[in-house]
Amino acid sequence: MTQSNAPLVGQSVPRREDRALVSGKGRFLDDIASPGGLHAAFLRSPYAHARIGTADLEEVRAMPGVVAVYTARDLAALLPGGQRLVTGLPSSSIAFALDRPILPEHETVYVGEALAMVVAETRAEAEDAAEMIDLDLDPLEPVADLENAARHDAPKAHAHLPHNRLARFGFSYGDIAAAFDGAPHVMSRRFRIDRGGAHSMEGRGVLAAPDAMTGRLSVWSSTQTPHALKRHICTLLARDDAEVEVTAPDLGGAFGPKLVTYPEEIAVAAAAQALGRPVRWVEDRREHFLAACQEREQLWTVEMALEADGRIRGLRGTLLHDHGAWTARGLNVPYASGMMLPLMYEVPAYDLDIIVTVTNKTPVTPVRGAGQPQATYVMERLLDAGARACGIDRAEIRRRNLVTPDRMPCERPLKLRSGEPVILDSGDYPRTQATALEGIGWHGFEDRRREARARGKRLGLGLANYVEGTGRGPYETVTIRVARDGRIKVNTGAAAMGQGVGTALAQIVAEHLGRDPSTIDLTLGDTREPYGFGGFNSRQTVVAGASADAAARVVRRKVLQVAAHLLQMPEENLDIAADLVIVAGSNSGEGLSLAEIAAASEGLPGYRLPGIDTPGLQATERVLIEGMAFANGCLAAEVEVDEATGAVHVARLFLAHDCGRMVNPQMVDGQILGGLAHGLGNALYEKMCFDDQAQPLTASLADYLLVTSAEMPVIEIAHTESPSPLNALGVKGVGESGVIPTAAAIASAVEHALEDLGIEISEAPISVQALHAAIRAARPGGPE
Amino acid sequence: MKPAPFTYYRPTSLEDAAQRLRDGADDGALILAGGQSLVPMMALRVAYATELIDLNALDGLDRPRVEGDSLVIPTLTRHATFHDARAAPAPLGDLLACVAAHIAHYPIRQRGTFGGSLSHADPSSEWCLVTATLDGTVCLLSADGPREVAARDWSDGPMSTTRDPDEILTEVRLPLPEASASWGFYEFNRRAGDFALGMALCVIDLQDDRITAARIGIGGIEDHPRRLPEAEAALIGRAFDAAAMAAAAEAAMRAVDPMEDATTSAEYRRDLTGTVITRALEAARLRTLALADPA
Ligand SMILES: Cc1cc2nc3c(=O)[nH]c(=O)nc-3n(C[C@H](O)[C@H](O)[C@H](O)COP(=O)(O)OP(=O)(O)OC[C@H]3O[C@@H](n4cnc5c(N)ncnc54)[C@H](O)[C@@H]3O)c2cc1C
Repeated sequence: MTQSNAPLVGQSVPRREDRALVSGKGRFLDDIASPGGLHAAFLRSPYAHARIGTADLEEVRAMPGVVAVYTARDLAALLPGGQRLVTGLPSSSIAFALDRPILPEHETVYVGEALAMVVAETRAEAEDAAEMIDLDLDPLEPVADLENAARHDAPKAHAHLPHNRLARFGFSYGDIAAAFDGAPHVMSRRFRIDRGGAHSMEGRGVLAAPDAMTGRLSVWSSTQTPHALKRHICTLLARDDAEVEVTAPDLGGAFGPKLVTYPEEIAVAAAAQALGRPVRWVEDRREHFLAACQEREQLWTVEMALEADGRIRGLRGTLLHDHGAWTARGLNVPYASGMMLPLMYEVPAYDLDIIVTVTNKTPVTPVRGAGQPQATYVMERLLDAGARACGIDRAEIRRRNLVTPDRMPCERPLKLRSGEPVILDSGDYPRTQATALEGIGWHGFEDRRREARARGKRLGLGLANYVEGTGRGPYETVTIRVARDGRIKVNTGAAAMGQGVGTALAQIVAEHLGRDPSTIDLTLGDTREPYGFGGFNSRQTVVAGASADAAARVVRRKVLQVAAHLLQMPEENLDIAADLVIVAGSNSGEGLSLAEIAAASEGLPGYRLPGIDTPGLQATERVLIEGMAFANGCLAAEVEVDEATGAVHVARLFLAHDCGRMVNPQMVDGQILGGLAHGLGNALYEKMCFDDQAQPLTASLADYLLVTSAEMPVIEIAHTESPSPLNALGVKGVGESGVIPTAAAIASAVEHALEDLGIEISEAPISVQALHAAIRAARPGGPE
Repeated sequence: MKPAPFTYYRPTSLEDAAQRLRDGADDGALILAGGQSLVPMMALRVAYATELIDLNALDGLDRPRVEGDSLVIPTLTRHATFHDARAAPAPLGDLLACVAAHIAHYPIRQRGTFGGSLSHADPSSEWCLVTATLDGTVCLLSADGPREVAARDWSDGPMSTTRDPDEILTEVRLPLPEASASWGFYEFNRRAGDFALGMALCVIDLQDDRITAARIGIGGIEDHPRRLPEAEAALIGRAFDAAAMAAAAEAAMRAVDPMEDATTSAEYRRDLTGTVITRALEAARLRTLALADPA
């Protein structure tokens, strides 16, 4: 119970989620018991592209423990509502639909695609049987290379498609020809950003349990969007809304790939319903590498026109985006990249042509950052090149071009995917950059660098500015009710995935209702509430936070109205402290309990309601959010490059950061640190490698290099709070913040360390081998 | 990630294990030691065993001891045993402690075994490198009796050895280096705990400031760790200085036949050979200086 008047929102209240999680009492998907339950395993495609023939399943069906085996044809009978998952967002730029099948019938289009499902008494038996399925596969030529994929004579990723160019769209404003005509400097560059995953500690997983008595189907899934899953199950299985319940238990991370509904979730639900027994599938790491969505591969060919003093005249080019084999979410990732590129700088003319290409690789959906890290990388690399061309400091060229605080809120000549204009809502970008420079010791670094060089060490500093679009609308539902026992029940579609959204919402609600978060019970990702979305796009603290704040105000009003009636005192004289309504300012410990007030609020037969017009202490709010709240930051990095091996050691990161009003500063830091770790992976380590047949070569944690604690540098964070005018709380999201600038800042620092060799970094991640080769090429004699 | 079905057998003695392996090896019976390589490979179904013969319950197979002028390392000796430099006499104890810290991660080192590492014969196995560089001896036992294999004849390819499928590795003998020898080890990998992209171990004897004997071994570069006579020859008779080290590195880079994989070219590994050898030699040279001038 908090007696002080300091607002709860803004305090580092300990995460309510942690006690259970760190003491082994968390309940993840695979912890949920299902007596008599069965286990599913999938036969997955060994080819990136193949025609599917037939399989004789008699022997497999007779194997020990096997209960059922499903191919596409077998499953079709269980899916009266259709056999494809329509999970893509609509767009008029899309040339052809590529909704993915639950199981493909004629053609498989990426390695790891589920082709058949075995349900058996144990997982081991299911895997034994899946391994024995002898499915005829006739390999077809795959589309393995993004650049080739867009060519007219390229093989086709799906045999029936006219070509691989799923969509072509762009961004354009200003007089681009004039901007380049006679520009003192034009920087023309190509950049390549590689494909990677998110690798939550817990993979995907689903458990479906039919109830023979009621006919209801209960589904638990490790998903960010239980509402979407429920909708898809109801559609494809042709079940009524009321007959299906979907729950997301504790999630061991998500980071994007648990955003869309997957074929496995539908297949498992269908089998459970057909077999009348619970069926469980828990993704293993190899499956996660092959079949959980990935992101980031993009090829940029771009030009930036500059004035002699470094001011940007224009920006144009082409973005080639790898879409993967199916449309699992749509154009949101390349859209975000294109929108982000010029967003925080004054770019008078912009013309970007975006080509979205189908490849025979795992489908692409957002991975923490969702297109924003790539755009930041490209913009910041161009600015570094521009600084060199203009002969000015890398920080100075940025300062000259950043949108200044006097222009906030600042409408940009760009549109959100909703068609609404993009408005930078608040923030002081130049000051954020100045804070980062100060923090890393930008000025005065030259001495350190020279002195280190004399000892044979190559140090470098780099920086990158970024904005993060957060709080995607349209709304999230929050219902608050004071129960008969005085507990405050908060139900919302917002979904927890480890980020602490429960703690944040409890703080926001408690602010109005007694200021004691321990009186609050939360139900997150609640699909009994028909309208909801879930967790993505760094949105929940903003969007659910706004609804929680509004609902809590309404409930507070009702509590005080009833109390005023019962106590015969004016409402203004009353306050809520923990679970009591007290006379404002009193600390006698006496008052009317929320339980008493809740009981009274229900009314009595034949009597008027006590001081209120509608019964109960309850409110549901869905605050509509149209614009996006833009968080911003500047990351400065110090690295040391080992000239002989090409290894980059990141010594320090300093992040100056502004995500508006912070609900819980400690959780903000946690989000940032996790994001920076992922960004470090994108900068130096994480890369999904494929061979020319689109076979993944790095499908294990031994080959795909995730950052470990040993690779984490010293990290310092400085916060500024520029409240967002877009919501009553003034908050902005932070979930993707750390990941966005990291590859850019580290590339900048590596270039700095190798400045005298004239090496430019144009790929992320930077592999030791590529850097070594570049150093070699720059010095034919090789390192001493 | 569930292994295919297998049976499990816990032998009562090495002889019992050897007999059981003789009976089952043709069908695919395998020895289980620390399980840090075998178990994940079975879970991924890239390795299949019809039967696992688990040595872990056998006594007396996990403490190294000195016999004559060798260190005898019984097969179940865990990597972590060598965290403590006193597990072997100086300077070998320090050498093994330094090398052990580069094997995988702490929890894996508690279970993984010296004999398992030699049997698994990963091109980047630190213990294979140590055994090759010091010219150790690998001791085997089958139902027909014991057999010894010299380190240079042990590995014949990536993850491949001259051990017959029905032979059990019982121990490895490492000759103790001269007390006056100095040594150096350098390993390069992209993340802490990863298998080495390249590593070098050297042991140098100096007399009157001249190098009288040199061992230089490399691992992670070729399909199995080995000594590099060309690089060693480049050092003999010379002062232990930068020029000598550069000559050894040059000779090594010419002599190696590096592997290639998804992310690393042969050319990179060839260059890395020179770097890791130079850095291992530099570490040895610093130790020489420390020996000469203990203050
Ligand atoms: C994440 C990770 C990182 C790693 N990094 C490294 C590293 O950097 N360097 C390194 O060297 N290793 C590394 N390893 C491997 C580790 O050292 C293993 O412990 C070692 O390779 C095998 O030893 P083991 O005792 O675990 O053998 P097991 O896994 O039990 O067996 C491995 C193989 O050897 C056979 N075998 C084992 N003992 C005998 C015996 N006595 N006779 C006959 N055959 C036998 C088994 O049948 C099996 O085929 C790593 C492992 C992991 C999981």
